[in-house]
Amino acid sequence: MNLTVARLTVRGLLGRRRGLLLLAVPALLLVLSIIVRAAVGQDESTTVNVLGTLALGTLVPLLGLIAGTGAIGPEIDDGSIIYLLAKPLPRWKIIVTKLLVAIGCTVVFAAVPTYIAGVILFGNFENLALAYGVGALIAGVAYSSIFLLFGVVTRHAVVVGLMYSLLWESVVGNFVSGAKTLSVQQWALSVAKRIADPGVISSTVHLPTAIPLLIVVTLAATGFAAVRLSRLTLAGEE
Amino acid sequence: MTTISIDRVSRWFGNVVAVNDVSMTIEPGVTGLLGPNGAGKSTLIHMMSGFLPPSTGSVTIDGVPVWKNQEAYRQIGLVPEREAMYDFLTGHEFVLANAELHGLADPGAAAQRALATVEMEYAQDRKVTTYSKGMKQRVKMASALVHDPAVLLLDEPFNGMDPRQRMHLMELLRRFGADGRTVLFSSHILEEVEQLARHIEVVVAGRHAASGDFRKIRRLMTDRPHRYLVRSSDDRALAAALIADPSTSGIELDWTENALRIQAIDFYRFTELVPRVAKEAGIRLLTVSPADESLESVFSYLVTSA
Repeated sequence: MNLTVARLTVRGLLGRRRGLLLLAVPALLLVLSIIVRAAVGQDESTTVNVLGTLALGTLVPLLGLIAGTGAIGPEIDDGSIIYLLAKPLPRWKIIVTKLLVAIGCTVVFAAVPTYIAGVILFGNFENLALAYGVGALIAGVAYSSIFLLFGVVTRHAVVVGLMYSLLWESVVGNFVSGAKTLSVQQWALSVAKRIADPGVISSTVHLPTAIPLLIVVTLAATGFAAVRLSRLTLAGEE
Repeated sequence: MTTISIDRVSRWFGNVVAVNDVSMTIEPGVTGLLGPNGAGKSTLIHMMSGFLPPSTGSVTIDGVPVWKNQEAYRQIGLVPEREAMYDFLTGHEFVLANAELHGLADPGAAAQRALATVEMEYAQDRKVTTYSKGMKQRVKMASALVHDPAVLLLDEPFNGMDPRQRMHLMELLRRFGADGRTVLFSSHILEEVEQLARHIEVVVAGRHAASGDFRKIRRLMTDRPHRYLVRSSDDRALAAALIADPSTSGIELDWTENALRIQAIDFYRFTELVPRVAKEAGIRLLTVSPADESLESVFSYLVTSA
């Protein structure tokens, strides 16, 4: 990890409109949780629905998208990345640092709010809040690495990332049973299922499958991003 | 003393050849890379700075390839053409970050020294986004100099600068060249290169058109055939008088333009000849205008004569 790269990435992420988005999305989840709790009371199935659909299904991929693509995409787009690359600094170190910053953002703005929302909705009963908090953390790591890779390989990272989230994770992942095995959301749910009391959270992927897939996808996306960054060229300006 | 070698380098993007079989050696001192827009200057600088691999050939600094060699950046200071540069930082923060990224022992002192060199201390605590183009250029220079590199590569550094800023930057680059650094800057403006570099490399349409002492190349440019469009009170009489002089190599009567199209091979003699001959023959000159004075045509001539 390089502290200067981390500092520049954090300021870039939080200093622009992206910073407001990072704050607004979890704030919305917390406000909704308060409203739901007030309206429905302490209810297990409502909590599972809100945390599963809204937090893990929407907030975490969205935050992963904002943090993952935002950690590197804008610098590549406007060309300022050249000041990082024209240094005797291994490119993998730049990628790992940016990934850690993106993960940090998803922890602060997605995993922690998910846990707090769980506590608001259902207290600490049945380990639900903790389970979804840890699930959000794990999904945040995978999403950050995937979206960081999108930020390196395409100039339309946000669009590609949105399509991935909407089409793959939401539509295909929910309706095509085989595709669920390759869904970050399902992997995170399988971890959450293990933490929560038995029978509360359901997941279609077993933990022994989910954990290796999470590790492989995160490492592969990070490694590929580092390779692509080391081959990044500047062209077509004339 | 560091030397950049470009050996039989070509670079193409799909079907477009941006650089075509170029070989040149950039020695210590200031070298101007001259050529019209789209000639391949930026592509060459991108290859020299390790941001583009050559399709064929090699680009090396002191014999070591630059592409995918991050250690080369200990020797290279790069001033890119694009302006984006972490606008949310102050000038000082930006140069300091660059010093830290180089892993310097005392980044604070190095940043301060570099900002002093480009005379930007007075505005170092202002956000980069508030800087004028010239100020941004100087801060970019400071970031490129912060690690005291042996090679300085600048892509169109004078673009958008006012005359005073331009003079200041030129003075700075002259000093670096005199210090024994290898300084290469690109420009499409002849006068800029003339003022700063004694040695120039000319590229046109991706090809290496000329190389060497600026005065020699300037003479080549001046000695090329010049074409003029001339209208007068008696075109035929003027044509007869001009063609008798060896400075004129051809004259055509253009009926549609109602003018003479003249090709001169001795620029200085011809410019003196036209008014003298007209005066002696009692002919009134209505129009004397160069027909091919664009930089592109000058460069094209160099390519065909190279």
